[in-house]
Amino acid sequence: MATQATSTAASAVPYIKPHRSKLQASRLRAAALFLVPMLAALAIVAGWPLARSIYFGFTNATLDNLYTGAQLIGFDNYLSWITLPSGKVYYSGILVDPQWWNAVWNTLRFGITSVTLETILGMLVALVLNAEFKGRGIVRAAILVPWAIPTIVSAKMWAWMLNDQFGIVNNMLMHLGLIDSKIAWTVNPHTVMASIVVVDVWKTTPFMTLLILAGLQMIPRDIYEAAKIDGVHPLKVFWRVTLPLVRPALMVAVIFRLLDAMRIFDLVYVLTPNMPQTQTMSVLAQQNLFAFNNFGYGSAESTLLFLIIALMTILYIWLGRVNLGEGVQ
Amino acid sequence: MNAWALTKRSLFYLAVVTIVVVSIFPFYYAIITSFATGTDLFRVQYWPHSITWSNYENVFITGHFFQNLLNSVIVATSVVLLALLLAVTASFALSRVRFRGRSLLLLTILAVSMFPQVAVLAGLFEVIRFFHLYNTLWALVFSYTIFVLPFTVWVLTTFMRDLPIEIEEAAIVDGATPWVIITKVFMPLMWPALVTTGLLAFIAAWNEFLFALTFTSSNTTRTVTVAIALITGASQHEIPWGSIMAASVVVTVPLVVLVLIFQRKIISGLTAGGVKG
Repeated sequence: MATQATSTAASAVPYIKPHRSKLQASRLRAAALFLVPMLAALAIVAGWPLARSIYFGFTNATLDNLYTGAQLIGFDNYLSWITLPSGKVYYSGILVDPQWWNAVWNTLRFGITSVTLETILGMLVALVLNAEFKGRGIVRAAILVPWAIPTIVSAKMWAWMLNDQFGIVNNMLMHLGLIDSKIAWTVNPHTVMASIVVVDVWKTTPFMTLLILAGLQMIPRDIYEAAKIDGVHPLKVFWRVTLPLVRPALMVAVIFRLLDAMRIFDLVYVLTPNMPQTQTMSVLAQQNLFAFNNFGYGSAESTLLFLIIALMTILYIWLGRVNLGEGVQ
Repeated sequence: MNAWALTKRSLFYLAVVTIVVVSIFPFYYAIITSFATGTDLFRVQYWPHSITWSNYENVFITGHFFQNLLNSVIVATSVVLLALLLAVTASFALSRVRFRGRSLLLLTILAVSMFPQVAVLAGLFEVIRFFHLYNTLWALVFSYTIFVLPFTVWVLTTFMRDLPIEIEEAAIVDGATPWVIITKVFMPLMWPALVTTGLLAFIAAWNEFLFALTFTSSNTTRTVTVAIALITGASQHEIPWGSIMAASVVVTVPLVVLVLIFQRKIISGLTAGGVKG
């Protein structure tokens, strides 16, 4: 889901007197009462399930023995080894599972390529939309279309367009003389990842564009006028003025998209099912959990994915703090 | 206008046209395909040759597509109403009352919305089975709360924080309790924000796939996204593309219309706080 709002809503609440008045006490009581249902809901749909998922990662649970007989096996899902009488040591577990590392690598490759492309394209489209021209409203409406289409639908639409025999993409490319034989985009091991990236970029660039555009529109127009009068080259204006000023909005957009890309599931599941070249961490974990009946193993994999994303988030917050500190000095 | 300015202008409009065409062509092509049958389906066409409704008839006659549509509407509406109900009061507490640990609480809520959904899948499955909700629509309403609620709380908190103090002070002087302030004073001012948030949350719930795929297992409880993903033909080589595209168009048209009507609100909702923070 690429629709999270971000901001620090914590600042800017004035007005309550420093000492604990009767009024303040009653407001605090009301606040607690108001927060309890929401927090209880989050605890039961997020906190508890997360804890249980982590717990299952330490068991040998299968779908059939969730309540009966699943045993704690420590870190065996992550890494375990047997020493044979001959002295040979056999390792098993996720940390030595080539399928898992393949999924990690696929996810990272997907995330970095698609977010990079989205950032560049999003910036270009935002710059176009930031200019004043006739029909701007129509363009802004048009770019909302890919965003509004459900991911499953866009996966199916593109699967049809990328179809090897009857797809319009092959048809166009043949007419343009760019390829001389039809390509099975979603089945060919060399092109599956590219297909996923293209569809994801098409679908999520609008989100990037809108966030960047909002940042661009906060830059005062006088700066550009001053630069124009001084005869500064437009490219220089972009690097020296626009980019630094839009950077905070850009960073927020990039990190949100990156975190979102790391958990990609539906596009891969529908557009390129069972292709090892695009299998991501989420897809692998879901399949181990519910298709291959390795409930414990799948839980351990999903726990690792959670840790990776948590680490990225903490890193981002930490880096953000550092930058903030520098800004103050 | 000299030659250089003219070239620049043409290039700019070329970019504009490219953006529009790339954005809407796939959807346009899906619509054309949905109206094509027989051999037309297997001839690449840039313009519609003939218009037949048979794919649409197929979709609604075979399978449970109408039921699936209804399921999606029920699930998305229920989860949005539930989330708004919980979020309005919580946002009041988070935006208008100062207490210790508030920033931490907000950060935690934001963190929940960053959860990879797979990370809670196993635990949610257990909870859903425990409450005997597996393969019911309630399982989806329940699980969708995990991404709808944090989002709603965030946007409403940002919005409520910006409401003028004077209104609230006047109400307090008149002896209004926090509950009265929310329902009688703030609610009338919050309709735009509620509509935007509700709409965005509705779209997110409507588009959800992973939970719907995992927590429902029969044709009659599935939502549209899962139903479309699972439409298959008799064999690998007989995928009914016409029907899939017809179903896709049916699912997407209401969203596109809503989005175009509420364009401005949606854009401001999406970027709410995103640039202020």
